[in-house]
Amino acid sequence: MPDTPLPTLKAKDFATDQDVRWCPGCGDYAILMAVQRVCAKIGATRENTVFVSGIGCSSRFPYYMDTYGFHSIHGRAPGFVTGIKIANPDLDVWMVTGDGDGLSIGGNHLMHLLRRNVNVNALLFNNRIYGLTKGQYSPTSEPGKKTKSSPMGSLDFPINPLSLAIAAEASFVARATDKDRILVEVLERAAAHRGASFVEVYQNCNIFNDGAFDFATGKDVREDNVLYLNHGKPMIYGKDSDKGIRLVGCRPEVVTLGEGGVSEDDLLFHDETNKTMAMMLAGLHHPAFPEPMGVLYREERPTYEDQLHAQLGVAVEKRGAGDLDALFNAGDTYEVA
Amino acid sequence: MPADDHATTRPADTLTSAVVRFAGDSGDGMQLAGTQFTDTSAILGNDVATLPDYPAEIRAPAGTVAGVSGFQINFAAQQIFTPGDQVNALVAMNPAAFKAHIDDVEPGGTVIVNDTEFSKTNLKKAGYPTPDGSKEPYNPLDDEAYNLKYKILRVPITKLNQEALKDSGMSPKDVNRCKNMYALGLVYWLYDRPLDTTIRHLTEVFAEKKGRPEVADANIAALKAGYFMGETAELFPVRYRVAPAPIQPGKYRKVTGNEALAMGLVTAAELAKKKLHYCTYPITPASDILHYLAPQKHFGVRTFQAEDEIAAVCAAIGVGFAGQLGVTGTSGPGLALKGEAIGLAVMTELPLVIIDVQRGGPSTGLPTKTEQSDLWQALLGRNGDCPTVVIAPQSPADCFRGAIEACRIALTRMVPVLLLTDGYIANGSEPWRVPKASELEPIEVRHTTANRDRDGAGDASHFLPYTRDANLTRPWAVPGNPGTEHRLGGLEKQNNTGSVSYDPANHQLMTRIRAEKVARVVDLVPDLDVHGDPDGGDLLVLGWGGPFGSIRTAVDQARAEGRSVSAAHLRYLNPMPKNLGDVLKRFDRVLIPELNNGQLRLLIRGRYLCDARGLNKIQGKPFLIEEIAQAIDLMLSGDWGDAEALYPQAGGVDVNAQALGV
Repeated sequence: MPDTPLPTLKAKDFATDQDVRWCPGCGDYAILMAVQRVCAKIGATRENTVFVSGIGCSSRFPYYMDTYGFHSIHGRAPGFVTGIKIANPDLDVWMVTGDGDGLSIGGNHLMHLLRRNVNVNALLFNNRIYGLTKGQYSPTSEPGKKTKSSPMGSLDFPINPLSLAIAAEASFVARATDKDRILVEVLERAAAHRGASFVEVYQNCNIFNDGAFDFATGKDVREDNVLYLNHGKPMIYGKDSDKGIRLVGCRPEVVTLGEGGVSEDDLLFHDETNKTMAMMLAGLHHPAFPEPMGVLYREERPTYEDQLHAQLGVAVEKRGAGDLDALFNAGDTYEVA
Repeated sequence: MPADDHATTRPADTLTSAVVRFAGDSGDGMQLAGTQFTDTSAILGNDVATLPDYPAEIRAPAGTVAGVSGFQINFAAQQIFTPGDQVNALVAMNPAAFKAHIDDVEPGGTVIVNDTEFSKTNLKKAGYPTPDGSKEPYNPLDDEAYNLKYKILRVPITKLNQEALKDSGMSPKDVNRCKNMYALGLVYWLYDRPLDTTIRHLTEVFAEKKGRPEVADANIAALKAGYFMGETAELFPVRYRVAPAPIQPGKYRKVTGNEALAMGLVTAAELAKKKLHYCTYPITPASDILHYLAPQKHFGVRTFQAEDEIAAVCAAIGVGFAGQLGVTGTSGPGLALKGEAIGLAVMTELPLVIIDVQRGGPSTGLPTKTEQSDLWQALLGRNGDCPTVVIAPQSPADCFRGAIEACRIALTRMVPVLLLTDGYIANGSEPWRVPKASELEPIEVRHTTANRDRDGAGDASHFLPYTRDANLTRPWAVPGNPGTEHRLGGLEKQNNTGSVSYDPANHQLMTRIRAEKVARVVDLVPDLDVHGDPDGGDLLVLGWGGPFGSIRTAVDQARAEGRSVSAAHLRYLNPMPKNLGDVLKRFDRVLIPELNNGQLRLLIRGRYLCDARGLNKIQGKPFLIEEIAQAIDLMLSGDWGDAEALYPQAGGVDVNAQALGV
């Protein structure tokens, strides 16, 4: 083997020649940039990378990545990625979905992808609205939201993507916003995780739901509304890093450091491997609580495709490689002279 | 061995064929008894054809008509194509089985009943009424009318079986589960069959695989007891012999359609040097394909039981995208769910094989009963102009060939192929001539290995996924190969580049290309073969799928009577054989028997301007030969009137009278 170093690709090497057709100012642009940067950082190759999506604004994503790509049908991307990974576990597979695609029409499939622990990176762009169909409420829209299809306010109670992912036995659950400094780091960790990685990205739809996540992205307010999670570190947040999360009984509460004798040691320390804690964190909502960003949960668990291929190996060990004539002649055969 | 002892005191009648049906409660082991009788007869050299008939409920209330499970075998000293019309010998293990099946027995036929089970309770469970002023329910076995019409033999099978196994050390429940073998032994004696095949089977299953030799011994003891009972009790005035059939020499085994289809898929993958990925969701009557394939992991077969029908087909398409053989299997309701994804496979021009084991519809319909009513769905049931290749095997063994053809076309022409079987051929069985793997034609699959970094200028759009060869097949470029990175999707594709295109002229062009691509598969479709008079005649009976055997037999009978009748059978529904139009023109009349309300008939009329008439049976059951024979009579006598469709006698339907009372 000649040890010529392989050419390293830069973020721009993952861009296609297609015109990006998202609306100017859409949060998807920032996510695309972040993903391209991550691909370069992790040393991905174009030929071994596959982006798969369903239908919706977010699902245009594969057209803009110069890798293999599949823009499939509404809600069904999990089926396609599962087939691809079973057929070729060596591929780096990313799945891009949205709150409508992944939680409404495709909610069932997402759940099964996560519990099976297929080794893919599932990115759910949550803008709390149907963008491509021009502005109807989505499964993550807030109750009472007035849209074209809900002039008197939506009656649907919203679903929480992170709680759903944890309940569906996802082995990696994280969140970031489209403008977040930690987005690249979260995506990098998702890519490194062996198993189904679920990342919710708060994504601004500046046409139909502008400002939905201002509380979590606005320069002036962000620090007071977002809790950045760090494994093994106390849960501290706030512009002045003076607020924290404490557990009273089973209930989390917001405290101010120094007030009433509260010190760092009284706060919760983040443990990414604690599923109960992850479920609690997933349930923290603005404005009563800061919303957690970063990795909520991770666990090491065998992937679906690794186990499947292990069974194939065992079968060959036990029975020898398949032989068609043996298959044809199994059972009771008889000769007609 | 008792079977070698032909020194019986009673005479033996020689028959050319016989039809036996085992019927009992769904927990009575009738399917096993029937399968064993079939295996034994096949090994004896008879031609065989079978028809299992079981309820949709796994265990409907014991003793009720809803819970009756049946298995019919036609075995013959000549070539046969169907499980037979009328039953020559019925085994009825309880009153419900008697009630459900007695009308199918030929007048004068033998009916062996398990007399022990004809109790007051069981007669009531079967729905026999208690006459006014009586404490005892009506018992058909005491009815003079039945006794005049049939040879009814009352054998207390339950009791005799208990007696035979009283020293077996088995629990009463386990003893009772052997009574199917007692009944089978009795029927083996009646038809002069050897016991060795079944003894070997019982030993293998219970003693060797399950490690319960005592169960094997008990079953074998019951089998022998039944046989000796026939020998010694002088119940039967005669026993019957059916000599071996003159079939093509070679090695044979009995296969069901689902089993043959599964073997065909494994074979196709090997021939193509691909790995078979069978992605599916359990559904009757297709689940057995999954059950046959799941243990074939040593062939590298990957089975994926998805969360639903849609995920299953999507995974299969993902497999095709990743460069392997993706197959999904289902029945009618599942095909409806897969429609959108099949459209995506048409648009992305990826190889995909979809199996639909048809059952009675619409909606949930008749899950365990057969029908051919998904033809329109297969051909037309998707949004947009969305053509796929559609193939329909004609018999259980033919499913092997059909599966290989479907995979060959999908893999070499980059097109989804729908394989339509039905409950009748999926669960029915017949002898299959065992092929030699080395004699099967390999499937040559080509992958594009163009490398833009090596061959091109490094331009991202260098690789053109929608260029084509003379068959209009586009290149199959697979993730992992550098230089052919491309994006597929359901949005309309620009010719050559495969980029998203909303151009009107391009959409018209691409729609025509997709249609023409499927049409060009016709060069792989054999010409339609006319059985009878290739140059034409008074009547052509045109069929597809499962009715092949009934049509062939009825046409042969009519021809033996000197009628000008021929048969032709379509295995390719899309594209249809090149010569079909010419064949149709050579006949004065065309009859199309189908187990639906006239789906092929409409297509033939529309495409070929042919005034075809239909024989349409929609009863969850296959055609009887007699029904087709009657339709042939009507067509030839000109008594077919103005009606578009003839209905089989038993199914004469008058919608006004029956639905509206007018």
